Amino acid sequence: MERKVAVFRREHFNAAHRLHNPAWDDAMNERIFGKCNLPNYHGHNYELIVRVAGVPDTQTGYVMDMKLLSDLIKRQVVDRFDHRNLNLDTVEFKDLNPTAENIVLVIYDLLRKEIDIKFDLKVTLYETPRNFVEYPA
Amino acid sequence: MVFLTRVEHFNAAHKLSNPNWSKEKNEEVFGRCANENWHGHNFELFVTVKGEPDPETGFIVDAKWLSKVIKDQVIEKLDHRNLNLDVDFMKGKMCSIENLVTGIWNELRPLMPPAIKLHCIKLVETPRIFVEYYG
Repeated sequence: MERKVAVFRREHFNAAHRLHNPAWDDAMNERIFGKCNLPNYHGHNYELIVRVAGVPDTQTGYVMDMKLLSDLIKRQVVDRFDHRNLNLDTVEFKDLNPTAENIVLVIYDLLRKEIDIKFDLKVTLYETPRNFVEYPA
Repeated sequence: MVFLTRVEHFNAAHKLSNPNWSKEKNEEVFGRCANENWHGHNFELFVTVKGEPDPETGFIVDAKWLSKVIKDQVIEKLDHRNLNLDVDFMKGKMCSIENLVTGIWNELRPLMPPAIKLHCIKLVETPRIFVEYYG
């Protein structure tokens, strides 16, 4: 029987953002998003955990080469978001509110297209040490 | 002498940029930290005071009081703010953690009661970078 193993890679990026819905007035934005709506942005140390699950290859013993996974995350995620303003500097959040939920979905899509479909992919994103999200749920 | 540390946290945006320098020079010195549209961190703040335990309470200071002072005087000014634009005690200064930690010290130092002394402020910018200031 072929047994699946999950491998994990942890990466991080630091970014500024604000939560804002342009369809709402200032009062509504402030009521819903509170301090996260402050106009001059705030920021976080985002911690990212990428889980890839599959059957280890019989030749290498690897599920996936962790160096290749690390390079992929750096290229697709860290280079794109690190030391950026998510609202102003990225095309992904030009018209999408950069909540942790939306960020994890964007990261999942960026990685999924480059990881063989035979592997399961799960992305966990920590916005603070106390708030984190996961996709797929 | 006993040392007591209170840990608080705040999330903020900032950038490292010297207004007297060109964009190129700022990028050369500060790298990605000079990104003009800011970046941000989850900051952890460790405030350590020292004193002798009071014979009546056993406390060197009421930790709840210390927490409230830090929150009212510092966290309220910094949390979910832009450190370059929004913070009165950082106006006109470079927004490095070195300057931020001394700024926080200057805010808290005058508020300490006679029985205790402010000993150290440690400011953690990322899990891999932090500063300490002893006055």
